[in-house]
Amino acid sequence: MKRRNLLATAALGLGLALGGGAFAQGMDKVKACFVYVGPIGDGGWTFQHHQGALAVQEAYGDKVEIAWQENVPEGADAERVLTQMALSGCNIIFTTSFGYMDATNAVAAKFPDIKFEHATGYKREHPNVSTYNARFYEGRAVQGHIAGKMTKSNKIGYIASFPIPEVIMGINSYYLHAKKANPNVELSVVWAFTWFDPAKEADAAKALIDQGVDVIASHTDSTAPLAEAAKTNGAVIGFGQASDMAEYKDGPRVSSIIDNWAPYYVKRVGQLMDGTYEQIDAWEGIAGGEVEIGEITDKVPAEVKAEAEAMRDAIAAGTYHPFTGPINKQDGSPWLAEGETAPDGDLLGMSFYVEGIVGDIPK
Amino acid sequence: MFGSIDPALLLAALMVNSVPIMLAATGELVTEKAGVLNLGVEGMMIMGAMCGFATAVVTGSPLLGFLGGALGALALSLVFGVLTQLLLTNQVATGLALTLFGLGLSSLIGQGYVGIKPPATGKLDLGPLAEIPFLGRALFAHDWMVYVSILLVAGVWWMLTHSRAGLILRAVGESHEAAHALGYKVTRIRFLAILFGGAMAGLGGAYISLVRVPQWTDGITAGAGWIALAIVVFASWRPWRVLAGAYLFGGVTVLQLNLQAAGSAIPVQYLSMAPYLITILVLVIMSSGRGKAALNAPACLGQNFHASR
Repeated sequence: MKRRNLLATAALGLGLALGGGAFAQGMDKVKACFVYVGPIGDGGWTFQHHQGALAVQEAYGDKVEIAWQENVPEGADAERVLTQMALSGCNIIFTTSFGYMDATNAVAAKFPDIKFEHATGYKREHPNVSTYNARFYEGRAVQGHIAGKMTKSNKIGYIASFPIPEVIMGINSYYLHAKKANPNVELSVVWAFTWFDPAKEADAAKALIDQGVDVIASHTDSTAPLAEAAKTNGAVIGFGQASDMAEYKDGPRVSSIIDNWAPYYVKRVGQLMDGTYEQIDAWEGIAGGEVEIGEITDKVPAEVKAEAEAMRDAIAAGTYHPFTGPINKQDGSPWLAEGETAPDGDLLGMSFYVEGIVGDIPK
Repeated sequence: MFGSIDPALLLAALMVNSVPIMLAATGELVTEKAGVLNLGVEGMMIMGAMCGFATAVVTGSPLLGFLGGALGALALSLVFGVLTQLLLTNQVATGLALTLFGLGLSSLIGQGYVGIKPPATGKLDLGPLAEIPFLGRALFAHDWMVYVSILLVAGVWWMLTHSRAGLILRAVGESHEAAHALGYKVTRIRFLAILFGGAMAGLGGAYISLVRVPQWTDGITAGAGWIALAIVVFASWRPWRVLAGAYLFGGVTVLQLNLQAAGSAIPVQYLSMAPYLITILVLVIMSSGRGKAALNAPACLGQNFHASR
């Protein structure tokens, strides 16, 4: 008997989930679900997404129910998790890593009435799939400027995760602005091929430090590179990535890029409630409040700090674009002419280094 | 080809990098030599990382931290021991469950420890040895745990091959029926081996959270336990080969990162693959059956024992 009840409840849930959208012009109660690639306690990427999720709960109180799953591997396993979430009555599902792109679209095809929101991706194969991203390269420009001014060895490093446009545009932006601030600067890029592996991230930082690098930026999720830099007693500085990483303020962290997903999450769930929800491709930056520059500490000289803040404000005001020509590609062929700014399409499909960066992007 | 990589620094990084997997693999080797397959190494390591970190932060002493890490993981292995040795559950399934349990429990306990820095583990002052050019920087400028881990491998090797206790342990792993018939307490011996394996995995985990990445983060071991399991097989259950295997696995990681930092053109994927390819190769050679290597796997590995007679 019990078992039959369970099945009946499951079927009811399924029916609700599938039928929920039919009268979707506004909803009284929304269940928002989040899929995380790492643990919430990573202190970086996933932590910030979870802050966004909590902001949704805060904003709407008991009109919204949030659910989440941590440590979901990218790839086939993600599809299983997404299907499970869809069946459990989620109305909107945020998938918060690039590698969920295909799984998100595949599951979205099966549940046309559930809204899917994929972070940092570009595939919107179904009307119920939206993508959202933040212009992290704007923050990278500010970091690059600080790095170029602060390096004493003229060697700066970058711990990269995977060779995807998102990461490559960050490297390019970082390098271009470091070079502008200091023409002698050399950039070493280390590909870790992971988003989250503290030990490996620390090893990558160590490898860079052993090579004489004294400013490290990272595009992985944990605070391990800062922990490694802290072992050098101030000789090496770094930046907080995704989260402020303020606990390293009195150590190597001189500034940070903070991902602030809260405004977007609150807005989208709100739209679902009042019936104004539409498929979009959102890409906000410093101006929209999605990318924040964490406090620049006193380790940075006052004039450098002022320059960095001026750049931040110019980007926010729309008077400066981090990719403004003339810029050549690594092989010397022209990309942007004098005064031309990069079109979004070029950035979203970026698969080349700009001129001056040494090394190849792994395939 | 190697650009500007300093071999002394590379060797130094390799030694540090290999400590966690070496410790965990040595512990697992003893457990498997007694005939018990514990796939929960990853779970025990992360419990060690958590408990070690917490103990070190609370007491302010790295030494007590390592002790706490060993004890935390030992407690988890005790659960495995009770389940598999007393309740005779399936070892593979129990081991996998242990990993999941360890990951979750460590995350729960660790909530309050995110963003704290542990007390620094001191470098061992080897005096004149550290002054030797090249070798001094490569081999004699590490924290004391690096040397302790090598001593532990040596100790396990001596125990297994040169002591009566090691002989009994191996007998239990090769044929628990025969060992039982001779009057040895199979269950008790296996229990002790499981606890030893747990304590070693805990030390390895604590090394990650106290020395290599001095911080606590959820999921900090990130698969090191599985590599340790692979190393045991790679080493065909011999302690010194565990040391070699750990240096190989750890060394390749360090080398490929350094090559990248130095701007070498070698594709990183090949180097990352290398240790796993070698492991597969070793497995193939072993399972071909004729070789001496195949004889090394404990005959009763993974089988439960119940004294029915």
